[in-house]
Amino acid sequence: MIKIFLIFILLASSSFAIAKDKPKLRWGADVESGAPYSYKSPENPDLVIGFEAEIVEALAKELGMEVEFVQNSWDGLIEGLIRGDYDIVVNGVEITADRAQVVHFSQPYYYTSESLAVRKSNTDITSLHDLKGKRVGTLDASLAQKILNQQPFQITTLGYDEEVLCYGDLILGRLDAVLLDEPIALYYAKPNVDLKLVGGPIGYMEYGIVTRFGNPEFDARIKKALDKLIQDGSIQKILERWNLWNTSTAKVWGQSPVPQTRPEAYEKYLETAWGKRTLLEKIKNYISFLPLLAKGAVMTLELSIISMALAMFLGLCAALSRLYGPAPLRWLSVTYVEVFRGTPLLIQLYLIFYGLPHVGISFDPFVAAVLGLGLNYGACEAENYRAGILSIPKSQMDASQALGMNWFQSLRHVILPQAIRVVIPPVTNDFIALLKDSSLVSVISMVELTTIYGQLASTYFDYLGLGILTACVYFVIGLPFVRLSRYFETQLTTSRSTPPKAVK
Amino acid sequence: MIVKIENLTKSFHNRLVIDGLSLDVHAGDLIALIGPSGCGKSTFLRCINGLETVDSGTAQIFDTVLSSPLEIGHKEFQRRSFAVRQKVGMVFQSFNLFPHLTILENVMKAPLVVTKMSKVDAEIRAKELLSKVGLGDKAYHYPDQLSGGQQQRAAIARALAMSPQILLYDEPTSSLDPALVNEVLLVMKQLDQEGMTQIVVTHEMRFARDVADKIVFIEQGSIVEMGSPDQIFGNPKDERTKSFLRHFL
Repeated sequence: MIKIFLIFILLASSSFAIAKDKPKLRWGADVESGAPYSYKSPENPDLVIGFEAEIVEALAKELGMEVEFVQNSWDGLIEGLIRGDYDIVVNGVEITADRAQVVHFSQPYYYTSESLAVRKSNTDITSLHDLKGKRVGTLDASLAQKILNQQPFQITTLGYDEEVLCYGDLILGRLDAVLLDEPIALYYAKPNVDLKLVGGPIGYMEYGIVTRFGNPEFDARIKKALDKLIQDGSIQKILERWNLWNTSTAKVWGQSPVPQTRPEAYEKYLETAWGKRTLLEKIKNYISFLPLLAKGAVMTLELSIISMALAMFLGLCAALSRLYGPAPLRWLSVTYVEVFRGTPLLIQLYLIFYGLPHVGISFDPFVAAVLGLGLNYGACEAENYRAGILSIPKSQMDASQALGMNWFQSLRHVILPQAIRVVIPPVTNDFIALLKDSSLVSVISMVELTTIYGQLASTYFDYLGLGILTACVYFVIGLPFVRLSRYFETQLTTSRSTPPKAVK
Repeated sequence: MIVKIENLTKSFHNRLVIDGLSLDVHAGDLIALIGPSGCGKSTFLRCINGLETVDSGTAQIFDTVLSSPLEIGHKEFQRRSFAVRQKVGMVFQSFNLFPHLTILENVMKAPLVVTKMSKVDAEIRAKELLSKVGLGDKAYHYPDQLSGGQQQRAAIARALAMSPQILLYDEPTSSLDPALVNEVLLVMKQLDQEGMTQIVVTHEMRFARDVADKIVFIEQGSIVEMGSPDQIFGNPKDERTKSFLRHFL
């Protein structure tokens, strides 16, 4: 039965591969990195925009391919590429010697540096040297972090995995300065009235297109196409639209550093993300997010319901094995419960999705998500059911057996019906917990409610308002189940305080 | 003879609970097992329908012989116990009705599930039995809405639903309010008159004296004295029997 279930899931979730004339160029990126790299369009949240989105679009056109965007969180981008979930990564990935050991880089499509941002009121920090003894935020595993760590004096470096949260903490006073890539500073720090950029460009880095090893032809085609786009000025035009045309890049490509095109994309971004809005406009804005959040909510619900069904099945099997099975089955059940209950869900998800392929077992993200959630919560359910069954007095089993029922009949007709009533509250609890834990699957490139929140919040730099909205959505989608469980509880309660109506 | 128990021995955690008990039961008998609490009487009863395993000795019920699982294997012991329970019913001290079902459903459950009786037949039979024990109007009530005496009578009806030829009673009235004891004893008396074979562990001496065919006095896991009610109550031979009965009469 479970096999049919899983096959159904696989079919339902696999992308509809409608035969098209053009082959797909699968591009992996983390939309939560935000502007100006790749982020969800405020107008059409299904669309990914940004200067890199445009570069990839142009690249695909040049290669005669069609872009297929695959979301994955920043942590897992390289892993996902190596796994084969997508074929290129274009997401502000700096070309470094370390990375070049595991993946292949194209020639750079952009040259930039780091920018130092401080609060507007700050007067004592104007350059890198002034950071001595200060608290400085940056992106984890980035060049900026390296630069900070290499300074001859002591700096308290705090690594974030969300760039925009850095600036948030800077404004709040948790940090004294933030060192991040120029494009990020241009879009998130400069427009902010509470912050200012100080000092000149720091360091030097190149962004490249990342591919797996082992495809020299593909890499050669990309190189050729990118060369052409650089030569004919397409890349320059894109960069100019986004206000990213700088001296470093101009120098390498032998062009004038003065931009020829209006930075319309940058202006549009400023208007949407930083434009002053009245309360009414803000509310309208939030309402416009609801369809996107709803889409995420549907995925969250789908995931949660299917995973919970799996968990309940596994839990019942494990509980019955532990209570009534022969010694080897009992041992298996105990081991399953202890292992899956005692290790973090997040690590289990990573292992299933990123680890297993190394031994030849590869899963679709949806299947991996259901397996991870199902196995983890199955262990919790096993204990719930075991407690429920144990709470039924042994005398009930005595009575049913004395009447001639065998073990299975006793369980089915006498023990389990009573045990179900006992376990409804903890099982409901577990379902709500699973609903919330489903947010973790964003790390295995599943797009659900929390992922959408992250994307919107980073685009609009609005963690609070959107956060409250998302929390409300979670609460609302959990309500029907709470109601359902309460209904079951009252229906199945064994004590009746008033006699029932006489029938016949 | 429909039940023949020979040299039954049972220990719990190295403590001898039944010490070489032998007993014969004939069809239609009402046997009362009396004696101090905690002396193996309940355990003895539970060995007859296989709810407890036997360490040594045998319990033969009709054609089935229950002996130690170490001799015949656990699976065989289960199989034979199962066969015995089709003909032997049991009534417990704490009633053990199924709390999630109505009284009617309680009585119907075993026939429906075990003998696969049709729902219609099972319902008719259940209603008859409930009338018989005086609970005809309580069919749709739940166990927790009934008094102790009513619950025990319902338990008897439930046991009768499987048409047993022998009924075992494990202190059926010990948890009851004294005022409610009689209604249960009346049912047992009626069944005795109808020819049912009943083995009762009890402290109700007057009932034992009036209704039982044979009294068995058990102390420390073995039979001290056995005989007709007149013999045991009127002229007990053993000192231990005398001193035990002194508490009651």
